[in-house]
Amino acid sequence: MSSATASRRIRSGDGQWRGPTRPYDIAKEFVIALVVVSLLSIGLAALFSSPDEKAITLREWATNAPNDFSATVAAELAGTSGTATYGAPYVDVADAGQKIGPVNLQKWAGVRIPVDSAKQFVVDPLTAVSGDGETKDALAAWTAAPTDQQQGWASAYADAIAAAPDGDPAQAEAGDYGPVPVLTASMLSAAQRGGLDGPVALGGLFYQTDYTTSVLFLADGTYLEDKAVEQHLGGGQWGMMNETGSYPGQAWLWLYSFWYQIKPFNDEENTYGANADALIWAIMMLLTLGFVFIPFIPGVRDLPRWIPVHRLVWKRYYAQQEGTRVRR
Amino acid sequence: MSTGLLIGDLNQPGHYLQWGPVSISTANFIVILLMIAVFVLALVLPFPGGKDDR
Amino acid sequence: MTAIAPDPTVPAADPDSEQWTAKLRNRFFGTLPPEKLLPDRQPSYVTSWIYVFGVLTIAALVVIVASGIVLAFEGPQWYHVSGVGHFVNSLHLWSVELFFFFMVVHLWGKFWMAAWRGRRAMTWISGAIAFLASIGTAFTGYLVQTNFDSQWISAEARDGLNSVGIGAWFNVLNVGQMLLAHVAALPLIVGIIVVWHVLLVRHRGVVPPFGAEHLETADVEEARS
Repeated sequence: MSSATASRRIRSGDGQWRGPTRPYDIAKEFVIALVVVSLLSIGLAALFSSPDEKAITLREWATNAPNDFSATVAAELAGTSGTATYGAPYVDVADAGQKIGPVNLQKWAGVRIPVDSAKQFVVDPLTAVSGDGETKDALAAWTAAPTDQQQGWASAYADAIAAAPDGDPAQAEAGDYGPVPVLTASMLSAAQRGGLDGPVALGGLFYQTDYTTSVLFLADGTYLEDKAVEQHLGGGQWGMMNETGSYPGQAWLWLYSFWYQIKPFNDEENTYGANADALIWAIMMLLTLGFVFIPFIPGVRDLPRWIPVHRLVWKRYYAQQEGTRVRR
Repeated sequence: MSTGLLIGDLNQPGHYLQWGPVSISTANFIVILLMIAVFVLALVLPFPGGKDDR
Repeated sequence: MTAIAPDPTVPAADPDSEQWTAKLRNRFFGTLPPEKLLPDRQPSYVTSWIYVFGVLTIAALVVIVASGIVLAFEGPQWYHVSGVGHFVNSLHLWSVELFFFFMVVHLWGKFWMAAWRGRRAMTWISGAIAFLASIGTAFTGYLVQTNFDSQWISAEARDGLNSVGIGAWFNVLNVGQMLLAHVAALPLIVGIIVVWHVLLVRHRGVVPPFGAEHLETADVEEARS
């Protein structure tokens, strides 16, 4: 039987260390780590518990901030609310959407989650819960009117509310608002009774796991944001890193949150601020690619060589090498 | 039900430390300090063993 | 050297087999024989506490998944109404905080060791991707708390994701979509990435100290009959 030999090169990264070794019990190491982390988790959970601030219901919003609620309803009917003017993916609005330079990714994605905010947030829920004659007549008058008439009534009423002391609809100047004041007042009282949470969320369905309408409607007002800012969760307060109460939050989001704190992104009046979300996304994508590909970035990948923190990691190995050299 | 046992109620409003544009919750600040401390300790604390090396 | 004696009742494998199964087996166990998968010795330079943070991160992930399975089994509303549920929720939150804590210390250590040296770039890359996938998974977790926090986070994240068109497909206001992503799709993806990362570490070995790279390389003679 003939046998031939061939020469093969073991390269670095083949996992074939030829130097000194030491015993290593990998299974025991894992079990110890698991016990330590389990005890730490149980201890921290027992000592500090976890936050659970109740969700804001439409009832709470209407009860605690009725003027904001009414103003939001008027804006939905007028088509001037945040949702109605958002653009993609909810509604087709010319020129809406954030841009990265000339690139309007928001618009390109298209209206894939169509929302008719006047219908879904106001008219349909109110139709579902209101039995009184006045509201039914108001709904009929609204539905029968042409679109520009609807918009005229609602915009005028929204302006009147805004001009009233405290934004109180009861103190708004009289004017030609059609059925809008009745619709707004009925929405408010229905919400305060707790009658709107279900219809807005369910949208006529039996089962529902999609809360798009509820959150969009709530976020169109200022109450949600006011509550968030109270807890330092606002975008300009490094809010992305924070948690409700005194709990630790998400420290690892520090760099993403950072850009929202500085000029020009924190000023919505200029084009960078107006497109802050998209621009900051682009910046973070670039930095993320940089992070993933550090091994290939000259300078960055050489930092560990220049700043020898590694001498602490391998101090015993280096000391042994010194000893060997000295003994020779 | 939602309060911890000993350290006190973390559901109270948080405290925030502010230096110029930087605002950080005391909780996050403590977490970051702990991370740095643990990192440094991991580098400098002696590691057992050495007699079975070969 | 292997201490595993071959089983005489199993027919000898054909090393030249063209079968996919045989090729896969030979490839896998050729790259990762049992002694590499579950070693009992390691290079003597692995003597620093910085080296325990990888396994601590994995241990934290195990606690996250275990507490998550309990929460999933009982449903997303359970922890609002049950004292035990609230405690399991707390376990889940704190194990997540520990997970990121240990992962970042592990990351700092690996950076200062330039652990990508010696053809270990994929180990660094897979670890970085694991970090990013973990952030995404945690994000969906915050969205399915069904409380004030998730209302606010979803309203804000909606703007961020819509601004780059992603929100048209990934609707953060859709609790059903976010819950299934958080409980099924993303943990599986994170798990696969973590397994890949660990297998790379076992395959390539722990990066040697600066100046010791030559002890990883050699010319060897192999007998071929």
